[in-house]
Amino acid sequence: MASEQGKLRYALVVLGGPYSQAATHSALRFGEALITQGHRLDTVFFYHDGVYNASRLAAPPQDEPHLVDAWVRLANDQGTELLVCVAAALRRGLLDEREAQRHGKPAFSVEPPFVLAGIGQLVEAGITHDRLVTFAP
Amino acid sequence: MSDDTADMPLLVILRHAPHDGSWLREGLDVALVAAAFGRAVTLLFMGDGVEALRPGQKAGPLGQKGTHPTLDMLAMYDIEDLRVDATSLAERGLSIAELPWPVRPVTAEALPAVIASASPVFNF
Repeated sequence: MASEQGKLRYALVVLGGPYSQAATHSALRFGEALITQGHRLDTVFFYHDGVYNASRLAAPPQDEPHLVDAWVRLANDQGTELLVCVAAALRRGLLDEREAQRHGKPAFSVEPPFVLAGIGQLVEAGITHDRLVTFAP
Repeated sequence: MSDDTADMPLLVILRHAPHDGSWLREGLDVALVAAAFGRAVTLLFMGDGVEALRPGQKAGPLGQKGTHPTLDMLAMYDIEDLRVDATSLAERGLSIAELPWPVRPVTAEALPAVIASASPVFNF
């Protein structure tokens, strides 16, 4: 289902938290490399501790790579969908504005381009993309 | 995925013991959702993941939910293809006969074929 000859549509699954594990760094580098080679990074699905990548409140030291901003750049430049498992996110304290209101919480920590999504969308990503690559701790 | 993978079962590999983080629980969630979406699902218990099958587990003092009730529900979701890495099982002193669910052992030699015949593969 590649749109052009030899060009593939990729989905990445990120299961490791930013900074505490290498999974996020590896996923980002892999994503940037496949784009450089002319493939498309259509979807990133954050699951397990990977959902911490979606916290808009992340404030790393300025001399370290800003991983959350790097995902946002991918979404803005490449149109990559950033899907965050809602069940995994909620139990770890990551809520978007709507979920925060629904659960009576005073603040929210997830905002676009990160979007809360169901596991069904992970299963679907495995079917609709040419490649699905998992980055686990 | 290319069309020739459309008929393959989705494989979830479980490699963490119960209560070793939320790996087992969140891996099983993927299997249940995939089955609910009508996908054929195979579960493969490997490494410490075989501890999920050890009989007689209860919820435990930490107040976390156990995973045995989820395993009991698998048949209801039509998830009936359960495999266990025979080496991992033997290393932990368990035998197929004592497992509470109908699980088929897979030898080390047969493992690559199980993984190659599935798509996509999720590793927890």
